[in-house]
Amino acid sequence: MATLTLKVNGRARIVDVDPATPLLFVLSDDLELRGPKFGCGLGQCGSCTVISNGQAVRSCITPVSAVLSAEITTLEGLGTPDKPHPIQQAFIDEQAAQCGFCLSGVMLTAKAFLDKNPRATDEQIQQALSGVLCRCFGNVRMLKAISRYAKGASA
Amino acid sequence: MTRLTSDARRALARAGFSRRSFLKGSGAVIVTFASASVLDHTSGVFAQGFNGTGSPQLDSWIAIAADGTVTAYTGKCEFGQGLYTAQMQLVAEELGVPLNRVHLIQCDTSMTPDQGTTSGQQSHPTNFNRSNLALAAATARETLIRLAATQLNAPTRDLVARDSAVSVKATPSRRVSYGALIGGKKFDVQLNPKATRIHPRDWTVLGTPAPRVDMRAMATGEFEFVHNVRVPGMLHGRVVRPPSPGATVMSVDESSVRGMPGLVKVVVKNNFIGVVAAKPWQAAQIAEKLRVTWTPGSRLSPQRDVYEQIRKEPSTDTLLVDSGDVDTMLASAATVLRATYHHPYQMHGSIGTSCAVADVQAETATVWSATQSVFPTRNTTAAILGLKPEQVRVIYTRGAGCYGINGADTVSYDAAVLSQAVGKPVRVQLSRKDEMAWENYGNLFAIDQRAAIDASGSIVAWDYEAWSAAKGGRPGYNTPGNVVTGTLLGLNPAPFNPRTPAPAPTQPLNNNSNTAPSYIAGRVQDSRNGAGIVRSERVLSHRVRSPFFTGPLRAPERLQNTFAHECFMDEVAAHVKADPVEYRLRHLNHPRLKGAIQAAAKAANWQARPSPKPAPSTAGTVSGRGIACVCYEGDNGYVAMAADVDVNQSTGEIHVTRLVVAQDCGPISNPDGVRNQIQGGALQGMSRALGETVTWDEEKITSVDWRTYRSLPLGFAIPRIETVLINQPDEEACGSGETAITVVAAAIGNAIFDATGARLREVPFTPERVKAAINSRS
Repeated sequence: MATLTLKVNGRARIVDVDPATPLLFVLSDDLELRGPKFGCGLGQCGSCTVISNGQAVRSCITPVSAVLSAEITTLEGLGTPDKPHPIQQAFIDEQAAQCGFCLSGVMLTAKAFLDKNPRATDEQIQQALSGVLCRCFGNVRMLKAISRYAKGASA
Repeated sequence: MTRLTSDARRALARAGFSRRSFLKGSGAVIVTFASASVLDHTSGVFAQGFNGTGSPQLDSWIAIAADGTVTAYTGKCEFGQGLYTAQMQLVAEELGVPLNRVHLIQCDTSMTPDQGTTSGQQSHPTNFNRSNLALAAATARETLIRLAATQLNAPTRDLVARDSAVSVKATPSRRVSYGALIGGKKFDVQLNPKATRIHPRDWTVLGTPAPRVDMRAMATGEFEFVHNVRVPGMLHGRVVRPPSPGATVMSVDESSVRGMPGLVKVVVKNNFIGVVAAKPWQAAQIAEKLRVTWTPGSRLSPQRDVYEQIRKEPSTDTLLVDSGDVDTMLASAATVLRATYHHPYQMHGSIGTSCAVADVQAETATVWSATQSVFPTRNTTAAILGLKPEQVRVIYTRGAGCYGINGADTVSYDAAVLSQAVGKPVRVQLSRKDEMAWENYGNLFAIDQRAAIDASGSIVAWDYEAWSAAKGGRPGYNTPGNVVTGTLLGLNPAPFNPRTPAPAPTQPLNNNSNTAPSYIAGRVQDSRNGAGIVRSERVLSHRVRSPFFTGPLRAPERLQNTFAHECFMDEVAAHVKADPVEYRLRHLNHPRLKGAIQAAAKAANWQARPSPKPAPSTAGTVSGRGIACVCYEGDNGYVAMAADVDVNQSTGEIHVTRLVVAQDCGPISNPDGVRNQIQGGALQGMSRALGETVTWDEEKITSVDWRTYRSLPLGFAIPRIETVLINQPDEEACGSGETAITVVAAAIGNAIFDATGARLREVPFTPERVKAAINSRS
């Protein structure tokens, strides 16, 4: 165990954990954040995705020790129910969810991609989500929501 | 024993209740359910505990606070299908209150009615017609009007319930609020079977696309899934499953993990093994390291032979329909067509692995569970823990989309057993492999179809014979061995009793599993429950024992059967050179199914002609269209789908370009919710049709992650999906969650045939299979 300092959603957070612990467990257990989800623990589904220094990373396979100096953003760090971030608002407007479990990973993957590629086409957005799973298959609405957000963000 | 999560406390506070006053006010509810008789639901794999016993007491369903807010209690839960919001709309509509004045408590054994299982798209038939929640809300409105009649000194017919008050229609200023009429008090009346529902033509809240009330919290990471439940003093567990089916524990070497950080306890009970640790990552590492010696387990038959093998096993046989003349008709017919269809085991494959939190104390237990069946799970958990059902409280807390019985029930047992062993609350989340190797898969099917065709090209006899493999299923109220944890603890799955031959049918056809095709008359003695006209008919099923656990997976059996029925209908139509739409309509006498087919064909701009396409090109990419339809569960929703596909004949790759879905589910509660279900069901059906299959070798399941079990990701090129909603305000409410998915494989398979002349008779339609079918086409 070691006392580590992380920067999550703009705040310094001190945790006492094994440095080999995957970031996901620190975020969801030690910090009790609800956004990042354990989907597979293998980096295959995208549910655990967070943004670390602007990059979408799979927190289930990222040791916490690898991100000590990074700015980490989870879904909670984007907006709140009363003041959602535009990408969150786009998902609300399109009612782009069924069970909602994958939403955090979907939104953060899309946001990290669009931050770097603000003029991406729908095909490029789709390509960027090729490693993300939604088992309710909310594809139609999610892609529409992301496209709506992308148009707003680049306008 | 009453413990609420922080979210539940907040919800109660928002509803204007302190926890104490709320629970006190709900006293009648608890009494009602503690004494409710528990039905015996051991038979049948799918229907166990479907709809529960409900409650005849209005106070079990509806409470009105002093400020007029309405709290409703339901035993049908939200798992992503939009039901929570739709039930709020129902209560708001019937009681004449705005949506934001309704609070809904769902599936908590200490507060809500026992409505069995939320499954089989039964929630609308059960709660939105003239029973249960709908009847309760209507009874509440009529009771309020009756109470107001005394206070306002006016006859009930002159009164209207609207905006949380009852007023005199002619002089609206003469009014009394719900809060003043009953606020904080019990109704103390029984549900009135004659209470009048508000007619769908008069709806103002139901029937509108109300946004989901959970959407904002989901989109911002505030929503509490069962995975997020945290209770004081909670530890973390992990299970150690056997390496293969049938393997049993020989020895557990606890020294292999001694001294590992966080270790609290290694728990061994019969063949169940779990570990408990302070933190989840520690539990995972300890489970990984724990040295267990297992017996070899049962040798599995090779997967390539499975469809032949199941025909040779002892079976339980069922004849649903038998007109007695099928063999004669087949022998004398102008033409007989036959075909065999294969459908593999498939997974629920929830995006999040299953999770539960249990707090088991000496004489009470609380379980936060994503089970679809809180009351059955309460009883089976009690049996496992050696407690009485009334000592256990199960609180439904949403998990990742389940689509049937995923690992939610089994992990609830895991958490309960581990919590009992350490005397502290324990949270368990399964590993991806533990989820996929041991969940209750959708059944494997081999289906033989034969049809006799007369000289005019019409079907005059239909003969269906199927073999399917099953084991376990929903635990119901008393069979925890139907899922893996129960079996590991030494409890047996529901017994398998081979029975051959099947007794002659005596009951009217119940086509709950869509075992019978839509095109037969379905005559048994004097009854006729089929949707079609073919009067020489036989429907014979053989159920064999599966080596793997199986259970309901979205459209269970109905999808597999419909794949075989709808592809075979297409084969017959093609043989007689008839248009597939016209040929279906010709063999049906069910107006609502015909309506759905016609609506889909119209929206798809269907051009009448036989399949395959005239002179399909034998090289390059070709396109085609296909249709499929079903009366879901016989009478619970009517759907037709037209699919357009491109087939790359060199690679065998399928690109579905368009899906047109027409659906009739009675009066539509929430059109946007129905569309969401159709869109998701259509694409999930595509994933199942094109890629998903459980695999195994001689020892074990080998599809244990997303590399070995292929799901379509968010990034695939999705087809254009067009939905046609057929609103039927004068019909009963039907379900809509499982209709679209049921017809996808058949619609795509038929479209591939139309494009190429090659027939796919085995799901999934992998590029290799498509190429093989193309190479062998005549």
